[in-house]
Amino acid sequence: MKPRPATGRRILNFLVNVAASLAASAGIIILLWIIIMLAYKGIPALNLDFFLHLPTPPMIPGGGLANAILGTLLLTVLATIFAVPIGLLAGICLGEFGQQSKLADLCRFAANVLTGMPSIIVGIFVYGLLVLPLGNFSGLAGAVALAIIMLPVVARTTEDMLRLVPDPLRESALAIGAPRWKVTLAIVFRAARAGIITGVLLGVARVSGETAPLLFTALNSPYMMSSLMHPMPNLTVTIFNYAMSPYEDWQRLAWGASLLITAAVLVLNILARFIFGERKS
Amino acid sequence: MTATQPQIKNDSPSLIKSAEISEVIGKQQPHTEAKILTRNLNFFYGDKQALFDNNLEIATNRVTAIIGPSGCGKSTHIRVYNRIFELYGDQRATGEVFLDGQNILTPETDLLELRRRVGMIFQKPTPFPMSIFENIAFGLKLHYKLNKSETTDRVEDALRKAAIWEEVKDVLHRPGTALSGGQQQRLCIARAIVVQPEVLLMDEPCSAIDPIATNKIEELIHELKSSYTIAIVTHNMQQAARVSDYTAFFFEGKIIEFGTTKQIFTNPSNRQTEEYITGRFG
Repeated sequence: MKPRPATGRRILNFLVNVAASLAASAGIIILLWIIIMLAYKGIPALNLDFFLHLPTPPMIPGGGLANAILGTLLLTVLATIFAVPIGLLAGICLGEFGQQSKLADLCRFAANVLTGMPSIIVGIFVYGLLVLPLGNFSGLAGAVALAIIMLPVVARTTEDMLRLVPDPLRESALAIGAPRWKVTLAIVFRAARAGIITGVLLGVARVSGETAPLLFTALNSPYMMSSLMHPMPNLTVTIFNYAMSPYEDWQRLAWGASLLITAAVLVLNILARFIFGERKS
Repeated sequence: MTATQPQIKNDSPSLIKSAEISEVIGKQQPHTEAKILTRNLNFFYGDKQALFDNNLEIATNRVTAIIGPSGCGKSTHIRVYNRIFELYGDQRATGEVFLDGQNILTPETDLLELRRRVGMIFQKPTPFPMSIFENIAFGLKLHYKLNKSETTDRVEDALRKAAIWEEVKDVLHRPGTALSGGQQQRLCIARAIVVQPEVLLMDEPCSAIDPIATNKIEELIHELKSSYTIAIVTHNMQQAARVSDYTAFFFEGKIIEFGTTKQIFTNPSNRQTEEYITGRFG
């Protein structure tokens, strides 16, 4: 019996490879396109004034986004402070203690739904929860909205990372007489540390670019913030407002802000990859 | 299976005749009691029963080997001795396991103290994600309040007893995971003995390491048995013959035969034991 000639299979193999590579490069091309576009339009906007000055009315030169940069930093840090402890504890509950319990199942389901929840809904929820009762838009409400978006990301990554820790490691720590909480904190957490830090960083990256939840909560402000209980200036809502304005200098600031925030998210992602990769090697 | 059961001395309350013990131990050793005495131990994974009425004695300061084909319940059996199985909610044991006459399966048992007294070495070495020194000091700090120099002394002592001191004394700050597999396993032995246990449970301690490292561990077991009571689960019958004083043969969750290693390997009274030992199954 003569074997079938290999030519047909080779061509098919080649075609499938090409198609797969093209599909894969589509993602990379789009990312590169965005970055190049942002760099091209944004770099001219990034000067000392951009980082140090407050916004000016349209047509008046020398305006910057110092307040929005600080505001976004503050919102993100606050959201992280709110979300990380709760997220870590929830992750421990899911991954270590209540693996099979009803509560854990429910919590995991809730986290999954919350991850996919449109962020504007979270914004409206916090509007009803904090903004209406307190009487005005506030940085606090913005941070809470971001924290709610971050929470399920941190909880699920923590759970996944804890589950990657092999059971024999838990057993051997228990076997020398360590109490369960100590096993979790001193051994399991340490073994999963890189993965958990990665999860937190990805959570931070996720919320630092959010706009919709801030529209209903932190709102925005052209002034330096004075209190968490007042509207808080931030980059994303500023981009939203300035990009739609008819003024060229505001549009330029929006480009600069877009570049800045994209670069920050990119750096966070690269950092996360780096930390996670270090663990593997 | 049940047809061969009558040969098992399950009904006898004492599986080792004291005559047998004194024959092995000689007159210079006063210990004739079992360190661990198991009575009617049954074990369940969920609804599935894995151990059936196990009765066994682990003699003080002797090595007891537990042999048998895969899945026969060897590991399951010794995992009851330190109640490590309780990490998993669906596993449970019934019956009695006496450690120095105290039933450890009662709810009053202090698990942390039980596990200090009954150490365990696992199949795969599991160094903690910390330095070699901290790996040993971790357990020490759990159970004893010591100052720095006492801790250092005890860590060194444990590493010496585990025959790994010479190899690691200059790299104590390095992560435990940087050691070779055989070294990691001896590190785990050091970690187990630093808390001054009375019993060491070894669950196939050599199955994941190379023959030379295995040799070292077997030599170590020889040295350790003067101070510790050892129960070792092994797949390797030569290993059981080399290191142990007593051997128990498990099959399908039942203890088919138990006796001195010499008797089990030269003159097994049960047909299944003989077939397993001569390599006809398992």
